[in-house]
Amino acid sequence: MAGTAVRGRLTWQTATVGSVSDETPTVRTLRLEAPDWPGHRAGQHVDIRLTGDDGYQAERAYSIASAPGEPLAITVERLDDGEVSPYLTEDVQPGDQFEVRGPIGGYFIWEPGFGGPLLLAAGGSGVVPLRAMLRERSRAGSSVPARLLYSSRSWDDVIYRTELDFPSDGVRVIHTLTRSQPPMWEGYARRVDKQMLAEVAWPVADMPLTYVCGPTSFVESVATILVGLGYPAGRIRTERFGATGQ
Amino acid sequence: MDDNTLDGNAIGGLLAEVFGAEMTTAVSTCGSCGAVTLVAELAVYRPGLGTVVRCRSCDSVLMVFVSLHGTTCTDLMGLASLS
Amino acid sequence: MSPISRGFHRKRVEAPAGRVPPGQYVTKDFPVLSAGPTPHTPLSKWTFSIDNGREPKSWTWEEFRALPTETLTTDIHCVTRWSKLDTAWEGVSLDVLLGAVDYSAQYVLAFSDGGYTTNLPVADLLGGKAWVAFNFGGAPLGAEHGGPARLLVPHLYFWKSAKWVRGLELRDTDEPGFWEMYGYHMYGDPWREQRYAGD
Repeated sequence: MAGTAVRGRLTWQTATVGSVSDETPTVRTLRLEAPDWPGHRAGQHVDIRLTGDDGYQAERAYSIASAPGEPLAITVERLDDGEVSPYLTEDVQPGDQFEVRGPIGGYFIWEPGFGGPLLLAAGGSGVVPLRAMLRERSRAGSSVPARLLYSSRSWDDVIYRTELDFPSDGVRVIHTLTRSQPPMWEGYARRVDKQMLAEVAWPVADMPLTYVCGPTSFVESVATILVGLGYPAGRIRTERFGATGQ
Repeated sequence: MDDNTLDGNAIGGLLAEVFGAEMTTAVSTCGSCGAVTLVAELAVYRPGLGTVVRCRSCDSVLMVFVSLHGTTCTDLMGLASLS
Repeated sequence: MSPISRGFHRKRVEAPAGRVPPGQYVTKDFPVLSAGPTPHTPLSKWTFSIDNGREPKSWTWEEFRALPTETLTTDIHCVTRWSKLDTAWEGVSLDVLLGAVDYSAQYVLAFSDGGYTTNLPVADLLGGKAWVAFNFGGAPLGAEHGGPARLLVPHLYFWKSAKWVRGLELRDTDEPGFWEMYGYHMYGDPWREQRYAGD
């Protein structure tokens, strides 16, 4: 897969919050307006920088939730001991401003021209860049077959729930709920393991492209299992979010 | 595996600022063990004092970035090459 | 000029006046901050050694745990601005460890599994100011917080309290350790806010 062309120096620009919507009790999507936004590719992220009135600054990185061509949006999960995420998920209102730098990343990106079949493995908020990839697939009218294996603690924690309940043609979404399940749940109810991946993943011979994103332990576990099942490491792309609320 | 560990994706912005270019698809060669890895796949530690990038195979320090007083100090001495 | 993000502020200080050094906020958490992977040296292979340039004095884990220990409750202050109050530790005082060695050097370089180093004056390790700590909160120190044993020097910024400490090299001159080489303060007194060289 080719790397992205150099786009020149990244600079900070002011972004204004256009609208917010809560995906779950702890996860919020913010739609941002940045007049000089150059566009982005599915899977990329932005760095954001907040400045308090005493000059204190904090920087964080968030994956872009929207597809190329759609308005810029990020989806943020509230971390209990966080400094920035509680502000973004609870305090921020339309009209508020902060700085944004991006788009960033030339490795964890997908576009229809890269082909597939696609295996997307998401742990918690790791679903954000993968959802951007699925939205891009849909916007481009791509027929690359795709499967999203999405691990969440409970049904209430599933981000983009309604959207994922109605996937595009050729997309299959497989949930696993690791901590609690709704009544009459018939899906997976445990952490992703070798058995589950063997059932869900494309055959090795199909030479799938795989993207794994989420907490570091999730990404390491899934990538290791896939390599063990015979998937070549060179067609597995990983993005570790560190320790999150998971 | 320590859950706080990140990878090169997380510092894409920092690297672009330091090198003036997208670096997550750059190829690094470890000066200690010779392992060849995409920067996006290197192990990244951010304990708040600075950013430490290590080889996944042998854990040697490849790059260190420390920002003090508005300047970023960059140490690439652990790398044999970066292209 | 960066735009102000309405309502955003750093975590606030909420502690009795004078209890917390300048620029710090109090946390109830114990953040895990590491510059590298957590080492897992088996206790059967663990040693603590003090090298005076002639003959290193070394203790195995059994020998180390046979030494007299102290318990203490103290505040700790990280240069990343969090402070944690009333932390409970148990460890062997550096007065005991350095007391077993012949030396005239005035500085040490503490070294750890994984290669981390930090420098300190010997004077700051003596007089009941420093320990090699193996228990935290009444239980064995967890690996992510530096277990089986870490240096504990609470009167300095916590980067000086080297996790996974394995020994001290006595030195005649003060040579910068890992973070000090990149511009962090050679001494690191939180009450004088000595975060960076030149502060």
